[in-house]
Amino acid sequence: MFKKIIFGAAALAMLSGVQVTALKAQETLYVPSLSYRTGPFAGGGIPIANGFADYMTMLNERDGGIGGLKVVVEECETGYNAQKGVECYEATKGKGALVYNPYSTGITLQLIPKAPVDKIPVLSMGYGLSATAVGETFPWTFNYPATYWSQMSSILKFIDSQDGGIKGKKIGYIYLVSGYGKEPIPLLNQLAESMGFSVVEFPVAGKDMQNQASQWLNVRKEKPDWMIMWGWGAMNSTAVKEAAKIRFPLDKFIGNWWAGANADLDAVGMAGKGYRSANMAAAGTDFPALQDVIKLVVDAGKSKIDDKEKVGDVLYNRGLFNAVVVAEAIRKAQEISGKAAITGSDMRDGLEQLDLSAARLEEIGLAGFTAPIKGSCLDHAGGGSIFLQQWDGENWVKTSDLIAPDTALVRPLLEAAAAKYIADKPEWQVKPCS
Amino acid sequence: MELLYNIFIAPFVEMGATPDFLLQVLWEGFVAGTLYALIALGFVLIFKASGVFNFAQGIMVVFSALTLVGFYAAGLPAYVSLFLALVVMAVLAWSVERFVMRPLVNQPELILFMATIGLSYFLIGLGEFIFGGEPKSMITEELGLPTGSTTIDIFGGFVILQHLDIAAAIIAAILVICLALFFSKTRIGRALRAVADDHQAALSVGISLNQIWAIVWFAAGIVALATGIMWGARSDVSFALQIVALKALPVLILGGFTSVPGAIIGGLIIGFGEKLFEVYWGGLLGGGVEAWFAYVIALIFLMFRPQGLFGEKIIERV
Repeated sequence: MFKKIIFGAAALAMLSGVQVTALKAQETLYVPSLSYRTGPFAGGGIPIANGFADYMTMLNERDGGIGGLKVVVEECETGYNAQKGVECYEATKGKGALVYNPYSTGITLQLIPKAPVDKIPVLSMGYGLSATAVGETFPWTFNYPATYWSQMSSILKFIDSQDGGIKGKKIGYIYLVSGYGKEPIPLLNQLAESMGFSVVEFPVAGKDMQNQASQWLNVRKEKPDWMIMWGWGAMNSTAVKEAAKIRFPLDKFIGNWWAGANADLDAVGMAGKGYRSANMAAAGTDFPALQDVIKLVVDAGKSKIDDKEKVGDVLYNRGLFNAVVVAEAIRKAQEISGKAAITGSDMRDGLEQLDLSAARLEEIGLAGFTAPIKGSCLDHAGGGSIFLQQWDGENWVKTSDLIAPDTALVRPLLEAAAAKYIADKPEWQVKPCS
Repeated sequence: MELLYNIFIAPFVEMGATPDFLLQVLWEGFVAGTLYALIALGFVLIFKASGVFNFAQGIMVVFSALTLVGFYAAGLPAYVSLFLALVVMAVLAWSVERFVMRPLVNQPELILFMATIGLSYFLIGLGEFIFGGEPKSMITEELGLPTGSTTIDIFGGFVILQHLDIAAAIIAAILVICLALFFSKTRIGRALRAVADDHQAALSVGISLNQIWAIVWFAAGIVALATGIMWGARSDVSFALQIVALKALPVLILGGFTSVPGAIIGGLIIGFGEKLFEVYWGGLLGGGVEAWFAYVIALIFLMFRPQGLFGEKIIERV
């Protein structure tokens, strides 16, 4: 009898679980969040996950969701590990997932071939495979607002505008030895030829992130004019400390947008004054949308953030920006499909026709927060402008206007890389835009 | 021909042309070696007492450093935080002995090794639960550790000595001397070596295994805290710090798993070796050779001295 009760209860629980899942898929907008709040890179993963979740919660609280449906954000812990990321994907895709934000280039590379099969788009916002900006080749993957390659182009353009240009200069490139760190190297080498500068590479293995004395001894030996960094996690603060240690001029050291968080430089403090990094969205809370987040989510105790002061940090706002792009794409998908409960396919269309104009940014309380983004069938990166910020010893200060990439140079290289990616994949489905 | 020149001639010409830079490389090698030795010491202590490779040593470094900055962040003075961090490491040592090691007395070493893997994951979870995953700044100045640097003009160039690096070398030297004296001159030290040789035999002559293990895990905890402070000051205090423990492996292979002086000499050989090779020969292989070079040195030593430079030679008769 006891066994029967247990069996019956288990069966009932399973059935109700299925019902709840079906209900969830029908009556909500389900957005999985592949977060990493644990592991060696948690320092970056936590604020991103908080910013993403808090913006969606704010929309639920303030507007009742999007198009009358609540947004359900379900976090799945990846630990920044590609294998766990794929497990999270498999565990959540059947729940009506609208889009995946993998927050790891390694996970993104795994999901790119799965997206067209499962009909769920992937948005790798400012990371992943640069070539996915070519919409015809990668109809299911997006990397708004810029690719690693366009970012590198913008950084080089900035260097070219300083001290008599980049021609004849030596550029040092220090990077984490991973898919992420190696991603812009082909472009860097090609631009070195066309722009007339030389490149010296300084690779940093994952287990040496906090042990970079050798790399910086080599920097002292090679004497580059500028240093560019593709770092993440503990690598960033260590690199800036080591650069200061060998007295490399920090205003000639530029990190990419993953090497310019508050957490990176808080541990360095005044010693890091002058260091620059790229960014794609403003820091701070001086925006009506962020004020709504504070009022309706953080102050109401509905956020996972443990310190209110961290709202507006660089990576918190990065996560929030990601949520803005997803929310705007959902709106667009609802508009195109004419229904509130959209599918992954609808979401793909919404992402492709995303138009986050300056007027729209103002309308949603984020005027001047980022450069406008306009997607198209051809262009899944949508513009690619970035700005530079500089560490003043305590905070990041925006120090440049928007810097657009040299699209005429970068786009053909992206197209070539996209063609190379599918060259050995005869079954790959492209989507001609004409 | 050019390759041979680049391997056998060019690096030495470069060393002669910029002797100040060579000195800087040697200094950085010395500092790195000292820091590697600090990590390796923690492993050696546990191995000497229980014959087990403590997989949890890396996370003990993180846990102790997080405890220190956690107490400080809670508003306590730096030295009180340091004392309380030591108390926490003592409690951890007692708990490990009571709940992990004691039930496994006289079990095969592999079982003890597996237990330390479990302990490692437990401490990761506990650390993340208590302190969160975000990186913290080490309270370097608050602990009275020197910051800044001294520049020495020499050979027409300069050598920069970071005060923190000098302090790290001194602290490591003090720790090593204390531990060496502890093992060789004290009753507990001799008892500890007896325990390492044979648990049952040590028990039969009245040595308290429980007490010895608790003391040794506490000593390893102190070394972990010192390591965490020094490495944390060079970067930040985060869970990424546990990865630096991997640096101890080649050091241990080189110096022997049971020798305190071996850990020091091994650390210095690896420190000097990898810095010199990376700077003067690394470019030939595309850079980033440091990540594997230490293991190559260790492998070469393994071929000639499997027990390490100072390890005990074990002869087992069949």
